[in-house]
Amino acid sequence: MNESPQGRAKSEISFTVNGKLESVHVYPMERLLDVLRHELALTGTKEGCGEGECGSCSVLIDGTLVNSCLIPALQAHGAKIITIEGLASDGRLQLLQQSFLDCGAAQCGICTPGMILASLYLLKKTPQPTLEEIREGLSGNLCRCTGYMQIFEAVAEAGRRGAAT
Amino acid sequence: MKNAPIVGTSVPRMEGRGKVTGHARYVDDMTLPGMLYGATVRSRIPRGKIKKISFGPGIDWNEFVIVAAKDIPGKNCIALIEDDQPCLADGVVNHPEEPILLLAHPNRHLLPKAVEAVSVEYDALPAIFSIEESASLQQVIWGADNIFKSYLIEKGDVDSVWQNAAHIVEAEYTTGAQEQLYIENNGMIAAFDTDQGLTVWGSLQCPYYVHKALLKLFDLPADRVRVVQMETGGAFGGKEEYPSMIAAHAALLAMKSGKPVKIIYDRMEDMAATTKRHPSRTRLRTAVTKDGKILGGEIDFIIDGGAYKTLSPVVLSRGAIHAGGPYYWPGIRIRAKAVATNAPPHGAFRGFGAPQSLFALERHMDRIAQVVGLSPVEIRRRNFLQPGQTTTTGQTIDEPIDLSKLLDRALELSGYHAKKENFARENPQATRKKGIGIASFLHGAGFTGSGERFLGSVVGIEAIADGSLRILVSSTEFGQGTNTVLCQIVAEALGLRYEDVSIAQPDTHEVPNSGPTVASRTVMVVGKLVQSAAIGIRKTLTASGMLSDSYTPEEFRAACRAYVAKHDNFRSMAQYEQPEGIFWDDEKYRGSAYAAFAWAVYVAEVTVDLATYSVTVDDFVALQEIGKVLHPVLARGQIIGGVAQGIGFALYEKVIWDHGRMQNGQMTNYIMPTSADLPPIRVYFEELGNVHGAYGAKGIGELPMDGPAPAIINAVEDALHVAFHSIPLLPEDIFAALSENSAPEIVAPAARGRE
Repeated sequence: MNESPQGRAKSEISFTVNGKLESVHVYPMERLLDVLRHELALTGTKEGCGEGECGSCSVLIDGTLVNSCLIPALQAHGAKIITIEGLASDGRLQLLQQSFLDCGAAQCGICTPGMILASLYLLKKTPQPTLEEIREGLSGNLCRCTGYMQIFEAVAEAGRRGAAT
Repeated sequence: MKNAPIVGTSVPRMEGRGKVTGHARYVDDMTLPGMLYGATVRSRIPRGKIKKISFGPGIDWNEFVIVAAKDIPGKNCIALIEDDQPCLADGVVNHPEEPILLLAHPNRHLLPKAVEAVSVEYDALPAIFSIEESASLQQVIWGADNIFKSYLIEKGDVDSVWQNAAHIVEAEYTTGAQEQLYIENNGMIAAFDTDQGLTVWGSLQCPYYVHKALLKLFDLPADRVRVVQMETGGAFGGKEEYPSMIAAHAALLAMKSGKPVKIIYDRMEDMAATTKRHPSRTRLRTAVTKDGKILGGEIDFIIDGGAYKTLSPVVLSRGAIHAGGPYYWPGIRIRAKAVATNAPPHGAFRGFGAPQSLFALERHMDRIAQVVGLSPVEIRRRNFLQPGQTTTTGQTIDEPIDLSKLLDRALELSGYHAKKENFARENPQATRKKGIGIASFLHGAGFTGSGERFLGSVVGIEAIADGSLRILVSSTEFGQGTNTVLCQIVAEALGLRYEDVSIAQPDTHEVPNSGPTVASRTVMVVGKLVQSAAIGIRKTLTASGMLSDSYTPEEFRAACRAYVAKHDNFRSMAQYEQPEGIFWDDEKYRGSAYAAFAWAVYVAEVTVDLATYSVTVDDFVALQEIGKVLHPVLARGQIIGGVAQGIGFALYEKVIWDHGRMQNGQMTNYIMPTSADLPPIRVYFEELGNVHGAYGAKGIGELPMDGPAPAIINAVEDALHVAFHSIPLLPEDIFAALSENSAPEIVAPAARGRE
């Protein structure tokens, strides 16, 4: 997936990330994942597979969950992006982050940022999801450590605590 | 001084906040000024002599740093057990992912094309790809006989058991390769400085393994090589040995270029080139009385080690020792062999040989039950090891484990008997057939035999200026909870608060060698050492008169502050000493193989859909005795995660090979369980305690990998009355077995057992 974008001109692309307006000078087809990590040093967004299967690079674009490894930078022009770094405020964890900690939902932590964003997206749509809805809602995000159960518990708990509001 | 206990409670994960906020630093999150990116040119044939390497057109090769075997300052090997694996191929290749050349460039986008543009011409040599081909010696590719290592475990008079047997039960079982599939791919950054020497930062399990490999490769003294573990995004054994290779490659490029170099594998390279679980073949021949008592048996256990020795001897050892399972064998002969093939070396993966041999044994127990006419439950009950009896290596069971009781509890928790009856009644009319299966097993914690004595692990604790304590170990965190549990142990040992203790980032310049983070040894072995080092801190304080026998955490911190202010630094070290009465004979493979065994009974309930031939696991009960649970949330997380990987091993994860190369090195075609695929995994513990482990703990990391596969395939047999002997078991395998053209081994329902 690391196609060389050489030979094409860089261009100016602007978007809002975690409430902050950013402007970057990048190749239009560069992956949003790389732009976030390399240009903006937002390394909380992780690469697991580079082909949209594992969900580690999940971010929210205009409220929709996407795999940032599949999104060309150009497509994010003018968008509002939320990454994992945008969730906690003033050192206070978002309720989902706290639930992930409390329930043991983060082990090695590499899928965690994407998993939390996928969970947030799910809770925004379904504030009190059933177990089946959680299983289905997170099935695009792979975790090799936990066997998912403690993640399900964290999401249910965050839903109860009102994480979506 | 009496505080609420910390051990046994679920304190917050030490590094958890960094992980949920995205601020935890993994190797790919780190950049250094002027850093280059490195890539690897690999062999594309399984075996041959390198004739010519040419650099193709369209690339400005002057811009690239190029490293070949001739650039290696020391010995061209990745030092581990034996120095047989080259760091870079020098004239010959022995598997189709063998590194030949290294390239580096400031622009990472240019690397894939450059790697493609290097062409290598070979004189191809005949290659071998299976245990059978290796054993036939049609080609000798390693040593004199393709055998990396063999063991013989013998107990009792095996040759006389056959004549007294009412039944002799024989079968062969195989297991496939399995990819660890940590979500963070392997990666390293290296920097070389003529004053400071070599430093590498990376995703890894064993800092001192990497250190050892680099010393030999670069011919540098120990203090000129520094290895730092970054936050590591999963490992499961998959980052035990191969990180030494990647560190070596990054370091060679860094040395040649004079700049820091980062190598991060993409998913396909990681899956294809790095280690996987050893494929295995086990043949069992057992002599049984008419009442189902095992008289004795022979087990031939063979694993495919790939092209180089790497860790195969140790994986083989653990597989062989576990091959007899939790049963009493009056006589047994276990022959074990690790053989060479022209595939990338297979390596460590959670369970380390035991999931392979225990799959065979636990399937075989069900087979014996059918032949004898007993139920799977009863055959196990009649053969369980009892306290005072000896294992296959002659180790006496000296704890009051009651496996029959453990089994009863698992049956009750799973509703086994009622389900079994219902399924038997409903299946004949159903197109979705249901089954229930069990597996009972054990897993030894810590290094095998004299391993811990040879390691002689060292740990330290230091008091720092603010009066808090910092643990110094090379034991690494990669999700299991090392940081958290070791800090809990120290806090508990000294009556401190959890927040009074922290743990140093593993860095070979800062921490002593507490051994590798493998073999379910960290909590049990390193935890115990950390506990005694902690007590050393208190003894020093009380002996110096700075602390009274009774104190509050604040008083303890104040005493530490005062001591550090007066003496500058304040450390307490502890080194492993073998407990009394533990004896192991490396030659005869007899004695106490492990300081402790964890015990378990797992129950799987499945549905086989005869429209799609797919198997789903509907319910899973995991009951285990693990000494003492130090952190309930983490312990449960270890078990659930291991069971999930075991379900993948049994039903989903198949490596497709073509001439020694993995063909499906992507997450889209190598299928691991998703959140939609797994059943509720219900975890239960028994706690007997363990005198050798910190606060009674045994190792638990690997245990849950051993039981799921046989329990599931036993359940599939219960559903279909067809016996399967190989995993992974995919829908096409079931289809093939059930289709008219093949002759599946039908198990007569009549023989399915009396209690």
